[in-house]
Amino acid sequence: MWKILKYSFIDLFRSKWILSYLFFFFIVSEGLIYFNGNLSKSVASLMNIILFLCSLIGIMFGTIYYYNSKEFIQLILAQPLKRSSIFIGHYLGMNLSLVSAFVIGTGLPFLLNGVIFSDFADSFVLLLLIGVFLTSIFSAISYYISLKSENRIAGFGLSIFIWLFFAVIYDGLLMVALLYFEDYPLDKFSLIAIMFNPIDISRILILLKLDISAMMGYSGAVFSKFFGTYLGMSISMLMLMLWSLVPIIFINKSAKSKDF
Amino acid sequence: MIRINIIFLLFLFSMQSYANIIVSSNSDIKTIKQAVEIAKDGETILIKEGLYEESDIVIEKSLKIIGEDEAVIKAKDGNKVFIINSDNVLIKNLTIKDMKTSYIEDISAIKINNSNSVIIENNTLINTFFGIYAANCTNLIIRDNNIISNAVEQSSSANGIHLWKCKNILVENNHVEKHRDGIYFEFVKNSLIKNNYSKLNLRYGLHFMFSDNNRYYKNRFEDNGAGVAVMYSNNIEMIENDFVENWGTNAYGLLLKEIKDSKINNNLFKTNTIGIFGESVIRCQFEHNDFMNNGWALKFISSSEQNNFLYNNFIGNTFDLATNKNSISYNVFKNNYWSSYNGYDLNKDGIGDKPHKPVDLFSTVISDSPVAIILLRSMFVDMMNFAEKIVPVITPAGLEDLEPMMKEIKHD
Amino acid sequence: MIKFENISKSFGKLTVFDKLNLEIGESGIVSILGPNASGKTTLIKMLLGMVIPNNGNIIYQNKSILKDWNYRKDISYLPQIAHFPENLRVKELISLVKNIRQQDSDEKELIDIFKLGNSLDKKLGHLSGGTVQKVNLTLCLMFDSPVIVLDEPSNGLDPIALVNLKELISREKEKGKLILLTTHIMSLVEELSERMVFLLEGNVVFDGSNEKLKTMYQATNIEKALANLLENGNVENIKI
Repeated sequence: MWKILKYSFIDLFRSKWILSYLFFFFIVSEGLIYFNGNLSKSVASLMNIILFLCSLIGIMFGTIYYYNSKEFIQLILAQPLKRSSIFIGHYLGMNLSLVSAFVIGTGLPFLLNGVIFSDFADSFVLLLLIGVFLTSIFSAISYYISLKSENRIAGFGLSIFIWLFFAVIYDGLLMVALLYFEDYPLDKFSLIAIMFNPIDISRILILLKLDISAMMGYSGAVFSKFFGTYLGMSISMLMLMLWSLVPIIFINKSAKSKDF
Repeated sequence: MIRINIIFLLFLFSMQSYANIIVSSNSDIKTIKQAVEIAKDGETILIKEGLYEESDIVIEKSLKIIGEDEAVIKAKDGNKVFIINSDNVLIKNLTIKDMKTSYIEDISAIKINNSNSVIIENNTLINTFFGIYAANCTNLIIRDNNIISNAVEQSSSANGIHLWKCKNILVENNHVEKHRDGIYFEFVKNSLIKNNYSKLNLRYGLHFMFSDNNRYYKNRFEDNGAGVAVMYSNNIEMIENDFVENWGTNAYGLLLKEIKDSKINNNLFKTNTIGIFGESVIRCQFEHNDFMNNGWALKFISSSEQNNFLYNNFIGNTFDLATNKNSISYNVFKNNYWSSYNGYDLNKDGIGDKPHKPVDLFSTVISDSPVAIILLRSMFVDMMNFAEKIVPVITPAGLEDLEPMMKEIKHD
Repeated sequence: MIKFENISKSFGKLTVFDKLNLEIGESGIVSILGPNASGKTTLIKMLLGMVIPNNGNIIYQNKSILKDWNYRKDISYLPQIAHFPENLRVKELISLVKNIRQQDSDEKELIDIFKLGNSLDKKLGHLSGGTVQKVNLTLCLMFDSPVIVLDEPSNGLDPIALVNLKELISREKEKGKLILLTTHIMSLVEELSERMVFLLEGNVVFDGSNEKLKTMYQATNIEKALANLLENGNVENIKI
């Protein structure tokens, strides 16, 4: 597994894709610091951007990379290696290079601007963590979709749809539900609903950091317990880990029975 | 009047060494009660270091009661300690502690009735039910006191400094902690509250009722149950105070209810659930305040009219302004800085070229269905707000800052 | 040495094999022939564990390979279409495969034979189709494995390389190895192969030597014999 991981990491880290991804995040993050002139605002804006960019790029890249490495996978499949180590290594190699590009691209401008020594060091770490989780989760989801779908266009389309679903549609449906059932106690329901969407979980982590004063304004014991204690942070982190793990399990399962 | 009081105090201070009566466990006079009984009008009583278990010390003449360091009075049976019924009294340097909770009586460490020119200075009041309770008084000075209790629930706790029907009062440099209300004013006029630090009180850090023509400035109100409440009062000046970290349902930095002709200037509202909550606020001035990282910087309900919001900074608040429909009209928002403003300044005059609308669609949704706040910062919500900005349907039309500033305002 | 026992495999509705049985011995060159979509590549891929049969068993050295992966160290495989990670250099790819297999290898001679010396530092994305096939062959033949599986080895090769390839295959055969081969170039089969397995719609319709095929179908060369075989409508008759 480590061999495959190492090679796909090296392969990708040399590609234009990953380098432009790194550069892109460098520009975005440096630009936000430069134009906002204030770190707190930059961190806040970047958090919003990361929610959709990391998930979108993760989902696109997972598909593209899988389809582009199909023949390579065939070559490796004929070697004396276990299937699960091939696919998990391959996925992890891709994910590691995406994640490194993101962390370096976003982190460098903040380091250069001295965020580590400011009050925003913890927000900054949270921001990186969320980016890493979202990249891993969405690249795994799209890798799995591609593994399942021989048709590239269908696979790519489905991946983009899944992203759109989690990024926008899900929240739209949730809002309709919340407004429609206004008269019922909905705090537990809404928190549970949030846990089924990794973008929403990441958003909640951001709310815990940036909007805690507003969140405490809602009267509900469940909410105040969730947002007022470390419970919210711990549950969200745990769920993100689970979300990162489940698609890998699916990849493994599907890889075992697939024909090449 | 305050000035005269200060001179009076200086005079008292110089008299300290000439104590007429000394209370100590080693002297003939072992209790304060005894000393007060034998003291003549205008005399000074010095209380030596030691623990005195006493209560119901009634002062009917002009006295200066001064403690040495470590002079501690433990309330006997938890009853009230000093009852002042005369003018020109000084109580200084004492530690008073351990009062009982009472639902019938206003038990307090120092109770002042119908007096003039009383000074309560540099005392430490620990776990007193009411700390200082004054009724029908004039020219009081309450200064440099440390009033700390351990209130757990509102119904079984009382206020740190409680003033009722008073005039010309100075409350300065006190530290009030863990009471029901930190400082309570009811029917108090022409008074000044300055440099106090009020925190962790269950209800309000400062509570004003029916008290006109007062000023409070440079106070800090932190982490109180619901913040500071100013109600049914006119002509109040609230200047340079800090309202910070008042969190929770119905918690705010400052609650204004039925307030007219007041000034709220140069204050800091930081990380409160609501910065200012206004209900029927009329002809008030809000200038040069900083609203930072609050859930809502301003929330106004009922009819609030003819207020001016000028040169305020709104930075990093989740929502800058919320209001229920048409409840806020004939108000002027001008030359404020809004960190959420995304306009431009082509003519480089420092003023944004297009107006800023501080109320967005989502904050309107939230006032109808509060649980929807869970969707805050969702891309769906951003899209919804964006659509509403282009084609406004729900948000109040007139509510906008026509000349938003491009840069954070530096207050003098 | 290799046994396919009652193999059934279908892709969706398309049945490729239905209870196929085939035994292949210890050594020699065996050609797997057949028209397009007759199941040649599927058969090879099942041997390599890349395609998993729905039913039946595949035995290598008296052991089932179906849940195993370690047996593949005995097999060198040349895939039909080789696309490699575009950003890897040739020598990196070679060392990757060496690294994975952890076996002794002799790539130097192959690099000489196929004149790959100048391409070693090039990225695979920049190479021509023929050069990629040479790299593919190098990767396959550089190990000393007892079984060599070649799927269309002549794809995209120039005549000189083709001659070199034939020599290489003969040499490996002389070492006593088993070589499985699919190709469309009949001359290659005629020159090298001792046994031919002809597949048609998932069935083995002929299994035997060159001479046997030629005599059976009264032809002077294999190409003609195969043409005759295909024209013969009643395939059942000639099934062995």
